[in-house]
Amino acid sequence: MDSQPHIQFSDVTVRYGGDVALQDISLSIPENQIFGVIGPANAGKTTFLKCINRMLDFVPTAQVTGDIEIHGDKVMAMRNVYRLRRRIGMVFPLPVGLPMSVYENVAYAPRQSGIHDRTQLDELVERCLKQAMLWDEVKDRLDLLGTKLSGGQQQRLTIARALSHQPEILCLDEFSIAIDPVTTMKIEDMLMELKKSITIVLVTNLVQQARRLADQTAFFNDSQLVELGDTEKIFSEPENPLTHDYVTGGFG
Amino acid sequence: MNNSVTSNTSQATNPFATVPHEIWKLKVQSWVRQFFRLIAWLLILPVLAVIVYLTYRAWPVLSFDFIWQNPENGMAAGGIWAPLIGTFLLVFFSLIFAAPIGVLAGVYLNEYARDNWGTRLINLAVVNLAGVPSIVHGLFGVGAIIFVRKYMWSGLRPSLLAASVTVAVMTLPVIIASTKEALAAVPMAFREACWNMGASRWQTIRTIVLPNSTSGILTGVILQVSRAAGETAPILFTGAAFFMSFDSGFNLNDKFMALSYHLFILSKQAAGIPEAMLYGTAVVLIGLVLLVNSLAIVARIYLRSRKKW
Repeated sequence: MDSQPHIQFSDVTVRYGGDVALQDISLSIPENQIFGVIGPANAGKTTFLKCINRMLDFVPTAQVTGDIEIHGDKVMAMRNVYRLRRRIGMVFPLPVGLPMSVYENVAYAPRQSGIHDRTQLDELVERCLKQAMLWDEVKDRLDLLGTKLSGGQQQRLTIARALSHQPEILCLDEFSIAIDPVTTMKIEDMLMELKKSITIVLVTNLVQQARRLADQTAFFNDSQLVELGDTEKIFSEPENPLTHDYVTGGFG
Repeated sequence: MNNSVTSNTSQATNPFATVPHEIWKLKVQSWVRQFFRLIAWLLILPVLAVIVYLTYRAWPVLSFDFIWQNPENGMAAGGIWAPLIGTFLLVFFSLIFAAPIGVLAGVYLNEYARDNWGTRLINLAVVNLAGVPSIVHGLFGVGAIIFVRKYMWSGLRPSLLAASVTVAVMTLPVIIASTKEALAAVPMAFREACWNMGASRWQTIRTIVLPNSTSGILTGVILQVSRAAGETAPILFTGAAFFMSFDSGFNLNDKFMALSYHLFILSKQAAGIPEAMLYGTAVVLIGLVLLVNSLAIVARIYLRSRKKW
């Protein structure tokens, strides 16, 4: 991959109190790629994502050392953390519909960043809901409460929200956990389309999902980056035996 | 597996037949339930007794005139208009002071404050303030009046203002606690979703947290109304008057009559009062408290029906 790094991790270590959650992570994520992250539970995958948009600020015991850069801007030194978070769309595994209408859910972030023009919002809401494959199911009832949607629909609503502030990076943590396989496939197609314009970091427990989508895949285990490489290589001829065991299902 | 099964052939053929142990279990279950139900229903008794007895004894004086008229003839005649209005004013002004401070403090403590020694100190102070007996609040209120007169404003008298502030300090901890509780009931995931989208803490509080905790906050505030209306000790020395009509308006820096204090006077301090008047005052006071409490319940039911998750 020749494109310049979009996200650069240099010797990043994260501790919660005394517990190390990520240790000496150095890697770079190129632009306009899908970057897959796989690994067993407690490997530091979610912490890895939370570093990127500084959600760790809300964990009082979290300590981050090392440098994270987005297009050369040091994340940990940023004064305007709200602007940083608007550059990044974040989808966490549990579906969360905010207690407001579907429309308001998607229009929330644009509104909070100062967009109030109704036609502009209408377009944005429609586009994001279409990208998240939710539009057809809710287009006639956009005033329905976001919390009243089914689990899978709420998860897609969360994805639509993550896209609503037009981020340059989209981070997905187990996005498909509550979504049926058919819709998951549709969203995966959408992600392949989306990566032409933005960079996607995909944390997944479905190893085959990483294989289908990711250009590069990183395997995390026990707070450390075990192996990083082109997805085909990680899955066909990994260098580390741990990686081999994990991707072939013989882990542990 | 089980002795009773092997010893009894009919049970051996029917694994679902009731064994003696199960019959006993059902009996105990039934007794326990009846007993608990009895205890729960007994709770109605004191309330019912108070209301029925008071109303019965107060019946001769209960009329609209009793409410609309001021006390006359050294309390021995007339009604309770002035004390009723005084209680309303007291409640109104004490909430004006206590509600904003309490709600803002609750929002700070639940939404912004980190868990450090400063926050713990504030929480400890709030808990202890809630434990201060109301008579101590009353005496402290007098002390505060003397202090203010000496160093800040010599014109302050024991008055509606002083009593309202005293009652406000007394109700503050409960308003703070119920606000915190209402805010904590809003799931953390909602806040995190907003923060993820670049919303600031204040934007999140304004758009998600507060709109979804209004019912709890309001309930807490409304329940303090009945407390402020009923307490006598805090206003005893800080502003309650033996007689003071509101016919020509009211002055914040003047004494006032209140139902609770009026009841105290009628029963202990004045002579020749018809007993029915005493009971009548008590009925109106308790009616007021019950009315406010039911308003709180209705408000809560209404807001809960609009609950969004």
